[in-house]
Amino acid sequence: MGIFERIFREPRWGVHPDDHKRPAADVPLRRLPTPARVHMPLQQHVGGAARPIVLVGQQVLKGQLIAEPSGNISAPIHAPVSGTVTAIGEVTAPHASGLSFGAITIESDFQERWIELEEVADPFSLSPEEITKRTAAAGIVGLGGATFPSAAKFSLGRRMKVDTLIVNGGECEPYLSADDRMMRDWGDEVVDGVRIVMHAIGAQQALVGIEDNKPEAIDAMRKAAEGFPEVKIRPVPARYPMGSDRQLIITLTGREVPADARAAEVGVLVHNVSTCAAVHQAIRFGRPLVERIVTINGGAVRAPGNVFAPIGTPVQELLDFCGLKEAPARIVMGGPMMGTPLAHGQVPLVKGASGILALDAKEAFVPPAGPCIRCGNCTRACPMGLQPIEMGARIRAGDLDGAEKLHLGDCISCGCCAYVCPSHIPLVQYFNHAKGELWAKERGKLRTEATKRLAAARIERLEREAKEKAEAAARRKAERAAAKAKAAAEAQASPANIEGETA
Amino acid sequence: MLSAVGSLTVMGVTLGGLLGVASRYLAVEANPIEAEIQAMLPGSQCGQCGFVGCSQAAAALAAGTAPVTLCPPGGRALAQELAHKLGVKADLSGVADDGPKIAQVSEEICIGCCKCIKACPTDAVIGAAKQIHNVIRDACTGCGACVDRCPTEAMALVPIPVSLQYWIWPKPVMAGAAA
Amino acid sequence: MNAHPIDMPVSSPHATTSLSVPRVMGIVLLALAPATLFGFWLYGWPAFWLWLFTVAAAAAGEAFCLRLMARPVLPALHDGSAILTGWLLALSLPPWAPWWIGVFGGLFATVLAKQAFGGLGQNLFNPAMVARVALLISFPVQMTAWVAPLPLGSAGAPGLIDGLLVTLKGMPAGLDAVASASLLGFAKTEMSRGVDLFASLAHAPMQPWIGSRPGSLGETAGWLIAAGGLLMMALRVISWHIPLAMLAGIAIPAALLHAVDPARYLDAGTHLMSGGAMLGAFFIATDYVTSPGTPRGQLIFGFGCGVLTFVIRTWAGYPEGVAFAVLLMNSLTPIIDAYVRPRIYGRDRRGVPMVAKRG
Repeated sequence: MGIFERIFREPRWGVHPDDHKRPAADVPLRRLPTPARVHMPLQQHVGGAARPIVLVGQQVLKGQLIAEPSGNISAPIHAPVSGTVTAIGEVTAPHASGLSFGAITIESDFQERWIELEEVADPFSLSPEEITKRTAAAGIVGLGGATFPSAAKFSLGRRMKVDTLIVNGGECEPYLSADDRMMRDWGDEVVDGVRIVMHAIGAQQALVGIEDNKPEAIDAMRKAAEGFPEVKIRPVPARYPMGSDRQLIITLTGREVPADARAAEVGVLVHNVSTCAAVHQAIRFGRPLVERIVTINGGAVRAPGNVFAPIGTPVQELLDFCGLKEAPARIVMGGPMMGTPLAHGQVPLVKGASGILALDAKEAFVPPAGPCIRCGNCTRACPMGLQPIEMGARIRAGDLDGAEKLHLGDCISCGCCAYVCPSHIPLVQYFNHAKGELWAKERGKLRTEATKRLAAARIERLEREAKEKAEAAARRKAERAAAKAKAAAEAQASPANIEGETA
Repeated sequence: MLSAVGSLTVMGVTLGGLLGVASRYLAVEANPIEAEIQAMLPGSQCGQCGFVGCSQAAAALAAGTAPVTLCPPGGRALAQELAHKLGVKADLSGVADDGPKIAQVSEEICIGCCKCIKACPTDAVIGAAKQIHNVIRDACTGCGACVDRCPTEAMALVPIPVSLQYWIWPKPVMAGAAA
Repeated sequence: MNAHPIDMPVSSPHATTSLSVPRVMGIVLLALAPATLFGFWLYGWPAFWLWLFTVAAAAAGEAFCLRLMARPVLPALHDGSAILTGWLLALSLPPWAPWWIGVFGGLFATVLAKQAFGGLGQNLFNPAMVARVALLISFPVQMTAWVAPLPLGSAGAPGLIDGLLVTLKGMPAGLDAVASASLLGFAKTEMSRGVDLFASLAHAPMQPWIGSRPGSLGETAGWLIAAGGLLMMALRVISWHIPLAMLAGIAIPAALLHAVDPARYLDAGTHLMSGGAMLGAFFIATDYVTSPGTPRGQLIFGFGCGVLTFVIRTWAGYPEGVAFAVLLMNSLTPIIDAYVRPRIYGRDRRGVPMVAKRG
């Protein structure tokens, strides 16, 4: 790169962190021995938590449905190992707060006995609706980390008449190589899954975007896609956050998704490569989503690499499998840019986790935050064109509405701003804090409205009851009067009167 | 010089007179903001603010004799909105501390007297005579009207437990940095 | 295992750039070094001593204020911003100015123009330029006493100790240093006497293009300053927007008017290589704190600085206008930042969501 290019060809967005992907990406995929115990969380997806349908003490087979979806947007949960349900309770969630959430604990019998699987020889003979139904039943959610139920996206794609399926093989987060490994080892499965998804949403072409720092994956996918001209492999520049759907869409198609709109509105739908492979497994072989590839990486890991592991496996077991050089200073689920710090190692692996990082003290060191020198690096790095410096200053002063006016809601929490900040200001935390507070405020407003409705309903009820009481009293009075009149009439003993009353 | 002084005086007197007349004849009967504030309040007439009902509280708010933080069921969000509406600065220190609360029945002590059911402004307590009562979480505003009414002190306000859905990232603390 | 208490988890990202404030300031100082060393050679030891006094005073002023506010002194001094402020100020002073000019300027810069506003990142105006303007207005005689270059090792150049004496006691009468005027000042004075540029430039005190001429340290080494600026751009410490816009802001009106009336208006090249144009464009106007944050805002800001510099040089009472121009544009920075915002993805420039388009 010449000096002229260095000075004038500054990219419009994003950052270029050290990717730390190798050597982990080049190590062959390993399979985790069946863990003794798994905790299968009920909420591993966007939407309503699944409802358990098994009892403590019940025997389950691998792939058996153990919790069913609740509500329109939800996903079922299946047993990742065969064995006995030993508890339905709370376990620590992979969440920064370290709070707990519901999970089903299964003691493994190490038999790996699968449920009976229904295989389909030709998925393309199935109707798109049928594929959508089976995808939903297999509990498939966005495996890139978004964890949105995939079947709901299929229906949306059909409804919006999407023309292009974008397959996200960007994997722009440093350290992670789960998708890279997936494409290298199971390229054929991925391409088959891509074609099934295209069939399900009615797209005419699929663009597979792969960052150019993964040449082996690009080669493998090109080979796998030979003979399928509708599946196009498109290398994209390696730049974080290329794997963010909006950035990948504009890079591959030039279409810009309007703010507050979904990608389907510009005619595209984005699915991760691992999600496509999961769809292939679910449709061809009837296998629900109970296992995934996860990258185990970080300075504290002795033998970093990718592991094929049952979902629900405690993170510590995965780390022990790869070996630890030292006690990690921080464990992160996901990548370093957007990942979640874990409270401890007994947190279960979830569907959307593509990596577990055990960071050593050097990697986990957080330099103390200094004053903002207004260098503007954050503004240049923001892939959404926001002004992190301005929003952060407002949030710091407690002016959350001011930050919202600068479109804080458009922030994707990618972490570019905080990454480039020479003063190490925790901008993402400011934004997360403000988003939470604004959301709580919105919730409070809704609550006040609900209270108003309830109070009105009560007043209506009281009035209705009073009216009913009055009516009842009046009726009783009338009845009494009628009875009196009847008695008086009976005293006159006229048969015609009695007949008239009966009629 | 004199003409300038004279013309300004005449203008002042005329315009002042006009304003006086206008203020008398075009006076607004009720304070319109009062109705707007009443619409913002929960309307459950729980009486926790010390006023008989929400309309009285709205009147006091409009007159500026009551603080914007008066409504516990409305919480912080309402206090902020009221402050914004009235153009005052809300002192949120009082409401921010303990967070929202809801009523809870101690099942061992409840005698099933139904008094709390009658007191609840949002019909959040369910139960029948001689049956242990229970509180519907989503309907309870935490107003505490039932607590005063309970003869056995079985009713208490407890903070809503923090769950994953309600957890909020704390604001970063910047030590030693310039403001 | 987790080093952080659960009530204050560490937010993502769990990675950070190697760039830091001390590193940024270090790169800027490095970029300034060649021009400064050239200046030391050109003007001898007095220039070095004045530079030292100025930088030390700026650092002392910063330390004093931090102590007064009971804030940690060492980390703040370590970030290098006070040294940079003093350094930039020193480069804009007459090299043989007395010591108290540097000390007064250095203290003024950090105490009044920076820390009084709240410290690093909070000042509205560039501290070095505030100090320079304060000095120019308060001590016009000392601030316009330029000397002809007297390179180290040449006959009559003062040695290390003699140089210190020059700075401490003022110019000794016997020394062979010729008090002189800078080119812009000379042209302006001659113009005010009714001598046009054709006549005045014929005997102007200039040897352009190699930088050996009367002026401040930052003026004479224009090319080295520009080279330092390019280094900063290559290292992505500054972007090209402000320097290019500012130089264009000076050069375009200068070229136009010179074409119209060469007898009254200096040519663009002379404008660019004179006074603080280079130093201002690459090091002063690009100060992060006091310039806009967005590329378009920076173009407006830089061009404004350039045009104002030209206007002040050409029609105002002072021969040099960079400091005034930068300060004037500094005052506009908050307004530029409020109105010139980057376009948000999925929205138009006004922030309204775009309409969905397919294909």
